[in-house]
Amino acid sequence: MTAVAQTPQVPKAAAPAGWVPEIIAFCCNYCAYAAADLAGSRRMQYPSNVRVMHVPCTGKIEMAHILSAFEKGIDGVLIAGCLEGGCHFLEGNLRAKKRSEYLREMLDQIGVGRERLRMVNLSAAMAPTFVERVKEIVKTVESLGPNPLRKSVP
Amino acid sequence: MIVASPKPVTELKQIIDRHKKVLFVGCGTCVTVCLAGGEREVGIAGYATRMARKLAGQPVELDQVTIERQCENEFIKDLAGPIEKVEAVVSFGCGAGVQAIAERFPTKPVYAGLNTNFLGILEEQAVWTEKCMACGDCMLADFGGICPVTRCAKHMLNGPCGGSTTERCEVAEDRPCAWQLIYKRLSAIGQLDRLEKIQPPKNWSVAWFGGARKLVRDEHRI
Repeated sequence: MTAVAQTPQVPKAAAPAGWVPEIIAFCCNYCAYAAADLAGSRRMQYPSNVRVMHVPCTGKIEMAHILSAFEKGIDGVLIAGCLEGGCHFLEGNLRAKKRSEYLREMLDQIGVGRERLRMVNLSAAMAPTFVERVKEIVKTVESLGPNPLRKSVP
Repeated sequence: MIVASPKPVTELKQIIDRHKKVLFVGCGTCVTVCLAGGEREVGIAGYATRMARKLAGQPVELDQVTIERQCENEFIKDLAGPIEKVEAVVSFGCGAGVQAIAERFPTKPVYAGLNTNFLGILEEQAVWTEKCMACGDCMLADFGGICPVTRCAKHMLNGPCGGSTTERCEVAEDRPCAWQLIYKRLSAIGQLDRLEKIQPPKNWSVAWFGGARKLVRDEHRI
């Protein structure tokens, strides 16, 4: 995409008191979902404001799903797929990577901001990495403040 | 097929900034195949535009519909109901589709949601190349099925120009020299003798230089 008009400034609202970010993590069945499960079995703590969405492969995630989540007011989206070269369907995660880059550009143009969408790669055994990545996106979104499209902030 | 590409969200937002209720119309033919203006792409553009407008403090109500072909009145007439309910229409068809809808609904603003690029083919997933410029006087028979009018940057009919290196066009390195392709193709089919013919000046009067063209075929008229 070539932007012909000025990309809007991304508003960075200060986080109001009592607000906790809501984040969706689209987790691939073959890696991140299993890693999240393992993190649970090992009693590892990660922020409870992350909702895990179980998908068969990150390549299955439609761009419209992510845009729809942002329109409904979600504060951040994490796409967690297999390590590059390790996709169960060979290249689903590589496709998801290209789509997420395209969407990040689009989110900038919309005015929501690219930082709210992030893709990470890990394997089923990398429970500590999953926890770390989740904490990272929560921290990023906390610094950005609520999604400006939220109807109301508590 | 006709190949098109999406306009940026910022431009879409700007195009409809004076309207509060808009219809996004997709087309189920060429632009669906080239991943630019089908039902899925119209959906994505809808989410993006709605969010961008809301953040700008000017919410917009968007309806969406995708018809089989925007370039035929037979299908466009199905839009009468949805169009009646909105202030303006954004067509995600090619330039022909946009204008066909505009002609059918003369009092309704109709805008283009895509940039129409060219007549081409799919080389591989998400890679398209131009193959035809619709010059109106096809010469492919003389050139082994490779069109120098479209694929030679200089449109040379008595090529090559001599500027190509390693079989690539001197104008753009990623483009194969059309005349190299013509030579190889005519060699492969045993018709190199066709290159001995000096091509006379082409009949450009049937091409796009005289303005918009019209085609009437009496044998099919009713």
